[in-house]
Amino acid sequence: MTSQRFAGGSGGSSPRASWTLHPSEALLKVAERTAKRSRSTGRRRMVLIIGLAMLGIAILAIVGAPLLAGVSPIKIDVLHPLSPPGTGGHLLGTDQFGRDVLARILYGGRIDLAIAFGATSVTLVFGTIVGLVAGYFGGWVDNLLMRIVDLFFAFPFLVLIIAIIAMLGPSIFNMFVAIWITSWVSYARIMRAQTIVAKKQQYVLAARALGYSRMRVMFRHIMPNTVSAVIVFSMVDAIGNIILAASLGFLGLGAQPPSPEWGTMISDGQNYILSSWWIATLPGLAIVFVGVAFSLIGDGLADILRPGDR
Amino acid sequence: MTAGERDTALLSVRDLRTYLATRHGVVRAVDGVSLEVREAEVLGVVGESGCGKTVTCRTIMGLMPRKGTYSSGEVIYHPRGEANLLTVSQKELQRLRGSQLAMIFQDPMTALNPVRTVGDQLIEAVTAHARMSREEAHGRAISLLVRVGIPAPDQRMKDYPFQFSGGMLQRALIAIALASEPKLLLADEPTTSLDVIIQDQILSLLLELQRDTGMSMILVSHDLAVITEVCDRIVVMYGGQIVEEGDTATIISEPRHPYTRALLEALPQGGERGQLRSIPGAPPSLIDAPPGCRFAPRCPLATDECSSWATELLDTDGPGHRVRCWRHQEVRGSATWQASDSA
Repeated sequence: MTSQRFAGGSGGSSPRASWTLHPSEALLKVAERTAKRSRSTGRRRMVLIIGLAMLGIAILAIVGAPLLAGVSPIKIDVLHPLSPPGTGGHLLGTDQFGRDVLARILYGGRIDLAIAFGATSVTLVFGTIVGLVAGYFGGWVDNLLMRIVDLFFAFPFLVLIIAIIAMLGPSIFNMFVAIWITSWVSYARIMRAQTIVAKKQQYVLAARALGYSRMRVMFRHIMPNTVSAVIVFSMVDAIGNIILAASLGFLGLGAQPPSPEWGTMISDGQNYILSSWWIATLPGLAIVFVGVAFSLIGDGLADILRPGDR
Repeated sequence: MTAGERDTALLSVRDLRTYLATRHGVVRAVDGVSLEVREAEVLGVVGESGCGKTVTCRTIMGLMPRKGTYSSGEVIYHPRGEANLLTVSQKELQRLRGSQLAMIFQDPMTALNPVRTVGDQLIEAVTAHARMSREEAHGRAISLLVRVGIPAPDQRMKDYPFQFSGGMLQRALIAIALASEPKLLLADEPTTSLDVIIQDQILSLLLELQRDTGMSMILVSHDLAVITEVCDRIVVMYGGQIVEEGDTATIISEPRHPYTRALLEALPQGGERGQLRSIPGAPPSLIDAPPGCRFAPRCPLATDECSSWATELLDTDGPGHRVRCWRHQEVRGSATWQASDSA
C-alpha cells in the first residue's frame, strides 16, 4: 500500500515531482514514524497501564473505605431505608435496612478482591507446577496427575464447589478452600500442553547437553516459555473467581449476612430491583469495573510476555 | 584398538548400537559403531542424512529420549576413570555434560531459549559447573563473547536470541558450549544452516578455539568438503555403520570404500562447469536392513556375494586406515569406476 501511495511522486511527469520528496526519502519517513511509535513502549503498554490504573483505583478505594464511606457498612439508618442515591446523606442510597450502599460496596470489595488475588494466586502456582511436572516427566507421572485432573473435570464445576462448601460449612474461608481444591486443574491442563510442546524444542536439548539439572531445565528454561499462557488465563480466572464468589454469595454459601459482599448485595437487591434499582445495580457495576481491569491487564500482559515481537 | 593406540584416547566408543522402536518397526539407527577420539584431535564424521551421525552424537551425550531407545555397547570416557557413559548414573552424566563434554547443534536459531537474554543464558552456563560471584561470571561471559568474535559484547549480552543473526547466534552458542572448558566438543552439523561465508568463519573459529584450548572435537557433517578442510581423521558412515576410517590425507587420496570414493567424486570441482555427479539410488532403510553390505544396491563394484555377505572393518595398508569392503583393493582401479559412472 505504502509503495503505491508514493508511486505518483516518482513519476517525474507531474509538476509536483519537483517539490515532493524522493520516494526513498518518503518511504524512509513513513517507516521511521512507525519505528518511533513502536519504540515508545507507552503505546504498546497502554492497555496494561489502563488496566493497572483501574485496578489501582479499586484497591485504593477498598483500602481507603473507612475514609471514603464515612459510615460502617452494617450500620442501620432506620429513618432512611431504600432511599435513592444522593438523598438522606447517602451518596449511593441505602438498602432495605437503611445501610449505606457506598460503604457496603467499598467494604464488600475487600472480600471480592481478596478472592480474586488469594484464590487465583494459589491455584495459579499449584496448577502451573503440576502441569509442568506432568508435561515434562510424562509417562506414569503424567498419567496419574492427569487422571486426577480428569476427576475434577468430570463434575460440573459449580456443583462441586457447592458440595465442598456444603461439607465444610458456608464461610468465606471455606469458599477459598473450595476454589483452591477445584480450579487448579485448568492451569495444570494448559501448562501441561504448553510444556509438552516446549520440551521438544532444541533449546531444551541444548540445556540438557550443558548438564543442567531437571529442576533448572524445567523452571528456568521451559517455564519462562510457557508461563505466559497461564498468567493470561489467570487474569480471566480472577474475574471468574469474583463472579463465582458473587454467585456463591447470591446462593447464600459465600459471605454471610450482615457482612457485605457484591454477590450477596445483588442477591439482596433483586427483590427491590423494580422499585430501588441501585441496591443490585451498583455492586454489579463494581464487578464489571474490576472485571474489565483484570481483562485489560491480561491482554496487556499477553503482549508483553512475548519478547519476539518487541 | 589398532595402530593409533599410541596417542592417548579421550573417548572410546565400542560396538555402539542404538535401536529405536517406532510404529513402523525397529530402526537400527546406529549399528555397531566403534570409534576413538584422541586428545586434542579433530575427528570428522561424514555421511548422508539418516546414516546415524546425529544419533551417535546424542547417544554419546545421553540425550536420546528414554522411551523407545535401546542402546548397547560402550562409550568410555577415559579421564573419568574409564566411566561408561551409557551406564553411569544420571547425576554423574549431568556432571560430565557441560564440564567435560559439550555439544553444539545444527540450528542455532532454535538452540537458545527465546524468552531469555543471551547474556543471561551465557552466565547460566558459566556458573553451571563452577562457583563464582555474579561479577566474575559476568566478566567471564563477556570475555567468552569477545573470544568468539562478537562485537560490542556488553550490549549484545542484553539482547534476545531473535535479535542475533544466525552466524552470531552460532558464535554465542559456541561461547556457551565452551563456558566450562570441556575436553570434548561434539559439533553436530554446526554450519549446515549458515551461508557459505559464515560457515567458513565459524569453522575457522572452531578450529582456532580447538587449537588454543587443546580440546578434542567431533565434527559431524554431511559435507565432505567441510570435513576434509578441518579434521585430522575422518570416519565415513553409511546406513548406521562406519564404512571407512583413516587420516584425512589417506581418505582423500586413497579412498578404499566405494561409498567414500563416490562421495569424493560428488564434490563439485572448482573451475569446470559441468554435470554434478551424484550417487545413484537412495540410502537404505534402517528398518529392514538387507543382509550383506548395506551399500551393495548402489555400488558399481557389487557382486552377488556383496549382497549376501557382510564384512567387518578390514585393515588396509595405511596405519589406522580401515574399510568395510572386501573388494577394497579393486576400488583403486578406476577403470571400472568410470565405466559404471557414465552409464
